[in-house]
Amino acid sequence: MSSEHHAPVADPSFDVDDPRNTRFDLVREGLRRDGMEIAYYEPAFPPGRKSKVEKRIERSIALLFVLAGLFAVAFVVAYIWWPWKYEMGATASKFYTPILALTLGGSLVLLAFGIIAWAKKLLPHEVVIQDRHDGASPYDEQRLTGAAIMNIVDETGIRRRPLLKAALALPAAGLGVAAVAPLVGALIKDPNDGHPLLKTGWNPENNNGRPVRLTRQDGTPVRPEEVSPGGQMTVFPGIPGGATNKWADSPVLLIHLRQADADRLRASIAASQAALAEGRDVTRPVVDGMWQNFVAYSKICTHAGCPASLYEQQTNRLLCPCHQSQFLITEQAKPVFGPAHRKLPMLPLDVEDGFLVARSDFLEPIGPTYWERPVEINEQEATS
Amino acid sequence: MSPRKRRFEFARVPAQIGQDLDERLGAATLLRRALNKVFPNHWSFLLGEIALYSFIVLLLTGTFLALFFDPSMTEVAYDGSYTPLRGEMMSQAYATSLHLSFDVRGGLIMRQMHHWAALLFMASILVHMFRVFFTGAFRKPREMNWVVGVLLFWLGFFEGFAGYSLPDDALSGTGLRIATAIILSIPVIGTWTYTSLFGGEFPGTEILPRLYIVHVFLIPLLLLGLITVHLALMVKQKHTQWPGPKATEHNVVGVRMVPGFALKTTGFFLLIFGLIALMGGLVQINPLWLFGPYKGEVVSAASQPDWYVMFLDGSTRLMPDWDLTIGPYTIPAIFWPTVVLPGVLTMLAVFYPAIDRRIYKDYEAHHLLQRPRDVPVRTALGMMAISFWLVLTISGGNDIVAEKFDISLNAMTWAGRVGLLIVPPIAYWVTYRICLGLQQHDREVLAHGVETGIIKRLPDGRFIEVHQPLADGHLEYAGTPVPKKMNKLGALGPAIRGFFFPIEKPAPPPPAVTPVSPADAPRELEEAPPKY
Ligand code: HEM
Ligand code: FES
Repeated sequence: MSSEHHAPVADPSFDVDDPRNTRFDLVREGLRRDGMEIAYYEPAFPPGRKSKVEKRIERSIALLFVLAGLFAVAFVVAYIWWPWKYEMGATASKFYTPILALTLGGSLVLLAFGIIAWAKKLLPHEVVIQDRHDGASPYDEQRLTGAAIMNIVDETGIRRRPLLKAALALPAAGLGVAAVAPLVGALIKDPNDGHPLLKTGWNPENNNGRPVRLTRQDGTPVRPEEVSPGGQMTVFPGIPGGATNKWADSPVLLIHLRQADADRLRASIAASQAALAEGRDVTRPVVDGMWQNFVAYSKICTHAGCPASLYEQQTNRLLCPCHQSQFLITEQAKPVFGPAHRKLPMLPLDVEDGFLVARSDFLEPIGPTYWERPVEINEQEATS
Repeated sequence: MSPRKRRFEFARVPAQIGQDLDERLGAATLLRRALNKVFPNHWSFLLGEIALYSFIVLLLTGTFLALFFDPSMTEVAYDGSYTPLRGEMMSQAYATSLHLSFDVRGGLIMRQMHHWAALLFMASILVHMFRVFFTGAFRKPREMNWVVGVLLFWLGFFEGFAGYSLPDDALSGTGLRIATAIILSIPVIGTWTYTSLFGGEFPGTEILPRLYIVHVFLIPLLLLGLITVHLALMVKQKHTQWPGPKATEHNVVGVRMVPGFALKTTGFFLLIFGLIALMGGLVQINPLWLFGPYKGEVVSAASQPDWYVMFLDGSTRLMPDWDLTIGPYTIPAIFWPTVVLPGVLTMLAVFYPAIDRRIYKDYEAHHLLQRPRDVPVRTALGMMAISFWLVLTISGGNDIVAEKFDISLNAMTWAGRVGLLIVPPIAYWVTYRICLGLQQHDREVLAHGVETGIIKRLPDGRFIEVHQPLADGHLEYAGTPVPKKMNKLGALGPAIRGFFFPIEKPAPPPPAVTPVSPADAPRELEEAPPKY
């Protein structure tokens, strides 16, 4: 190792005031004292009269700087005087942001090129070698530091006095818990408190115990005849703020099925009910929520909660745009492709006073699956 | 000669100040050492700097945004300049984001610069990591800095996600909602974490103010701290370098910090800053006024997260619907691709230096980098990881690919599933072969010389190509670049360089030095006299 390891050696007799030393000699000596050595050094241009090339380089760098300055000024001018207020249509303010970009970005890039050119063209070419001083500290340094640390430990007497150690553990643990307690304590919110995961805006408790109407975005209720066969509509619970994000779990897709599709869905529900009655394996809950040829499914994807709302008429599928799960409307919205595992919950429908209403809340938790998610919610809870 | 009586000399002022300061700080030696610190030169060492400089731009632009942005989720009716949304109900957060875009002078360019800088920040971190990986710069003694780097990536990831969520437009709300599903999927503590973070049910009114303090204070603070540690470790351990003339395991060959490195890096910072400014004003990003406010029931197709999140989107799309039922409990399928997969990937990255030590049975400290071809197993593993990540990232946009190329979506999903299993092994094998091939070629040139392009006919009628040997004697394979073309040998004279001008005096001959390490083959090559 030592044969290939030439650390530069400082000259102990070097005299910094010796008039025979040039300034560069001092630079070299400084480097040497810090374990560095100039292996190669060549000024970009010889000292003395500037050559044509040198002058030209100098001039072009100066030009870059001047341009950078002009661009900066242009930026300030544009920033202050160019019309900036947004207006619809093709107005001068459309160019405000691009002009800021061109002037500010232009100025910065020009300055950058000038500086980089300066570094590359005008600085001396050099190769400097620095000793690495790598690896662990020398053995006796390790020993001395280790001894210092162990001595500190002993000076505290922590090893001699197990009683203190044990006694100290108590406040340490206590304060440790105390440190996180306010954070955790204040943040923690019991998911079973009010059962936000099991209830939506469709629960009659939000409407003084009466069934909740299906309403449009603007709050107007929906009559069945307003949705033609094959048509669909996003509806919200007809309660105060029902269409806002306060009830982000409640949007529902209301579909008026064509006769053939409605028959298919009815058959599918009947088959599942029969299977359930015979104790055969079937995904619960089986909800017969249709009203005539109307059916309503939760829009909240059972995969990760995006609105599963792209309705493909030909295939009768609902597509969720987030991860492309597809749900078959005529089969109780069971997933037929993609990462979603559960069908979209069906909202039980009815008609009251000529308007569509929800008979009860969903009979299963809507949205993504979680650890302790119950498979179904009984009718009674869903109506109170 | 009393110094007090001396006539005032302007030229002496700097020296006097220096002396006064040193009398108080005693820092002359330290300062000289810092000015003179040697930094090796290579383009690939700039990647980390891009990350640093885009982080600075993020701090600057983000502070500006914070002066105008309000993360409140209170519903307000919009009454700003953007007419299409006038009167619409929206959160204060979204309204102030619109305000920033339309009613704050220069607010739009700041928002867009902030977003572009965020994308560049993550991209440079990732590419920087690849550089460190493929050159073996993570090896002893730099394992700690590798781990710090992995942490920086994840902090940047969450910082970016939090920032993306703040404006409360339709896309950011959708991203947040998917995040709730991911949180909910965690066994046992999922629901508790969910209601605790959101202060109840999604979206509630607490999440944005909380994300805001995370985004503008907590994570930036952590990032700043970790970046400081990252750089401090780099200064203490000194930069790695490529093997080459004079470079050994015990030195650093390069230029001094000041002026050479400092000037270049200042220029580089301005360049990055300038490019972000150009992008920020010329290339639209996240036009959130087009998306509208977040509403639980609205989403458009082809809504994409920022690119660094797409691999998780992809893994989520490819995952089959394998919910796992354990008695009354369920682990939803989404848990595996969004919680377990990133966890496993992170652990693999964190422990890779230890894995590498075992693969190569190399427990020594190293400061000389390795060329990827000289460590084929590592390079192939790296390409395997990249191809895995690429399949996931492309799958994150598979609906767009499907639409652009008119492929069925279901086919894209299946292609992704199959691709995820077979592409990485193929990438491994191909990379491994390429590495060996490149090595073989280097050895050939070392043994027989460079192809000259001169075809010679032998007396017996055979044709052979004349090779220019690199040296008279035997050349050891040293893991350094080997010249493959005649003009790399100096036989044709140095190519004339010049950034602004085609003319420049020929490059000076390389300094005459004596090789000090076995990693020195190219020196010998350069000294081989051209024979014609
Ligand atoms: C590594 C650091 C950072 C990353 C990756 C990041 C990323 C992001 C992203 C992607 C957005 C959405 C941008 C958009 O509106 O299109 C954002 C928004 C925002 N960021 Fe950051 N950011 C970072 C640091 C900061 C810092 C340090 C601050 C403040 C001190 C900040 C303040 C903000 C504010 C106020 C917004 C909301 C802007 C709006 O809604 O228009 N960011 N950030
Ligand atoms: S959220 Fe619907 S498929 Fe993922």
